[in-house]
Amino acid sequence: MNNRVFVSGDEAIALGVKLAKPKVIAAYPITPQTIVVERLAEMVEKRELEAEYMYVESEHSALAAVMGASVLGVRTFTATSSQGLLYMAEVLHYASGGRVPLVMMNANRSVALPWSIFGDQRDSLSLLDSGWIQAYVEDAQETLDMVIQAYALAENKNVLTPVMVNLDGFVLTHTYEAIDIPTEEQVEKFLPEFKLEGKMDINAPKNLFFSSSPSDNIRFKLQQHQAMEDSRAIIKELDRQYEEITGRGYGGLATGYRTEDAESIIITLGSITGLVKDVVDALRSQGKRVGVVKIRFMRPFPEEELVELCKNADKIGVLEKDISFGYHGTVYTNVADALKAEGKKLINYIAGLGGQNISADDICNIFSQLQSIDTGVNVPTLNFVGVKG
Amino acid sequence: MLKNLDKEEYFYGHKGCGGCGGSLAVRLALKVLGKNTFVVVPAGCMSAVGFLYPQLSFGVNALISPFASTGAMLSGIRAAANALDIKDCNVVGFAGDGGTADIGLQALSGAIDRGDRIIYICYDNEAYMNTGVQQSGLTPYGARTTTTPPGDYIHGSKNNKKDMFDIVAAHNIKYAATASIGNIPDYIRKVEKAKNIKGTSYIHVAAPCPTGWGIDSSETVSIAKEAIHCGLWYLAEYEDGVYKLNHEVREYASIEGYLKKQSRFKHLTDEDIEIIQKQRDRKINLIKRKVKNYEKILENQ
Amino acid sequence: MSRAALNKEFSGEIPTGTYGPAMHLTETLEGWRNEKPLIDSNICNKCEWCYLVCPEGVIYSENNDIKIDYRFCKGCGICAKECKKCAIKMEKEGAANE
Repeated sequence: MNNRVFVSGDEAIALGVKLAKPKVIAAYPITPQTIVVERLAEMVEKRELEAEYMYVESEHSALAAVMGASVLGVRTFTATSSQGLLYMAEVLHYASGGRVPLVMMNANRSVALPWSIFGDQRDSLSLLDSGWIQAYVEDAQETLDMVIQAYALAENKNVLTPVMVNLDGFVLTHTYEAIDIPTEEQVEKFLPEFKLEGKMDINAPKNLFFSSSPSDNIRFKLQQHQAMEDSRAIIKELDRQYEEITGRGYGGLATGYRTEDAESIIITLGSITGLVKDVVDALRSQGKRVGVVKIRFMRPFPEEELVELCKNADKIGVLEKDISFGYHGTVYTNVADALKAEGKKLINYIAGLGGQNISADDICNIFSQLQSIDTGVNVPTLNFVGVKG
Repeated sequence: MLKNLDKEEYFYGHKGCGGCGGSLAVRLALKVLGKNTFVVVPAGCMSAVGFLYPQLSFGVNALISPFASTGAMLSGIRAAANALDIKDCNVVGFAGDGGTADIGLQALSGAIDRGDRIIYICYDNEAYMNTGVQQSGLTPYGARTTTTPPGDYIHGSKNNKKDMFDIVAAHNIKYAATASIGNIPDYIRKVEKAKNIKGTSYIHVAAPCPTGWGIDSSETVSIAKEAIHCGLWYLAEYEDGVYKLNHEVREYASIEGYLKKQSRFKHLTDEDIEIIQKQRDRKINLIKRKVKNYEKILENQ
Repeated sequence: MSRAALNKEFSGEIPTGTYGPAMHLTETLEGWRNEKPLIDSNICNKCEWCYLVCPEGVIYSENNDIKIDYRFCKGCGICAKECKKCAIKMEKEGAANE
């Protein structure tokens, strides 16, 4: 079998899931995730993937169904987007509090109203507190590699936290790219068999998903928080192991491109990183000292990594596809807190909402505006790109 | 009948009210199904009283599902059991009014549509008892609940009970039944039957709530019997498209007698009682007609 | 057949997440009742109807005798009301701790 294929982001998810061999799949179709579930159904039909493919009547039921399956000790998969993600929001908390090691793909898409099928990151960013590990991928190769690593991460007994893999709707889910697929042997070497200690078992019955008293609840929540903190080291270790086996490493929770001597840095989330890297290269050839930091995980949040990567820059622009009405973008507020003691100028750029195109010119303008701070220009903290505010 | 029941108790030490009809329904069903059972209980009385860590009252594998998700979790568990090749296990859900007829209705519909081998048991106490006796989709006409107070203006519930038995039958479910803790041998027989159905089964069991109905805790079983005797609760089955009435009441006991024993109906006027009587007659006629129609269909085959 | 055991030595620890053991009881509920069912073994014909109708499952047959696990009896009175031989009487009692 040819290990190099030309696929879309959605198809890369399906290929990654196939290699992870879940036994139960339940998902409700929603644009732009539909290709994922369709490809998986085809794989099950062709017996390329041996799994129970469940038809469910809503996203809320999809997540509940895979939760039920998972606690029998069975690997599962589900996927959704925007409206569906919010419909299952209650169950997100249920899965994380219940410490159920699920993997879910989310196609980042704008949330109604107004209705929009196009991409932005408001859906997942509005659910940062749901207790899920949240990863954001840049391209189809990282997509496939991330799905496989997500299972190893979620199922790690010191983590036992569900993982959400986010892809920008349409710009990543539906664009095509040549990627390398690891072999079954490579995945087998990397991803251990799923073993759930507390699983429901006829010979060792359990009572799961119970109620806690006022004195106990905070202890459960601390435990959950601690697991998320412990996952930081495990994310880095899994990245290292994966690189050893496949040759592809991604640098952990956050990575920098040409940041070592940058004066201005744009911080990105997701597929826009690619474009910003191109602009960084173009501006560098003109002698401008610019760089880009890519956040790969929003939870756990890469506080230390950001301080380290931005240490030599004094002008930081946070570019994101969401806004928390009445304040700033959520990525910005998280970054601002991480860098609060570092004495930098932090500017928030909101762009790409509802599928708005972000061009190379837009990125250039952002870098120009950041550089202009040195000449005393008063740049507002919050900027909606492409509209007069 | 006693011989078929597992001697073990699988629902024990729970914190339900004394005399709780729902807990009796759960307890008996689990003794029929035995230890090879996975239980799903949504938010409601049974989950609230059985899973108060560290007091965990189910002797078999059990979990609480999100309120709306009983049907979905049942299917998920069965899918995993199939994937693991676990032969001969029961997957059963115990949901109340809300978890079945209202917030849980969609997932129940999806579960029946999938046709997975699961048993869905609705313990019907005719209101949202766990949250304090508010009106539900299964609250009967005229009942006092905290959201349908018995004054001159609202004057108790204006809605009729949703006919869950009919709704699941309309899905062409493999097996459905109405039952009651007022007729325990009949209930046990139906759970036994559901256990062996190769498909989805649904049992709607009357489970009176002394706290919410305003009766003494000792009267739970007797009031359930009276509901059957006065025709307000009928025992029926639906299997492979055929309706069957298990128990025809020749002469109905007094509806007024049944109603006035409960505080929740104390405020009813003669006019209200007449309405309830007419509803009963209409409902019984409807089910009898269905039974006759299907008898005709069988004859003609 | 043994009745459900009580974990009297429960340390108050919490599991990882909401994964708990089945039938794990740390407290008894006799303090809930105001009256207590007493079976007159002379009248009782061992039909075991009381065993069936008890919502708590505390009534059971042992060595051809009907017994009650009073640790978990809430005194609801269904057994007394339903007994066809009227062999069960409810007797007033105070809270267990008094």
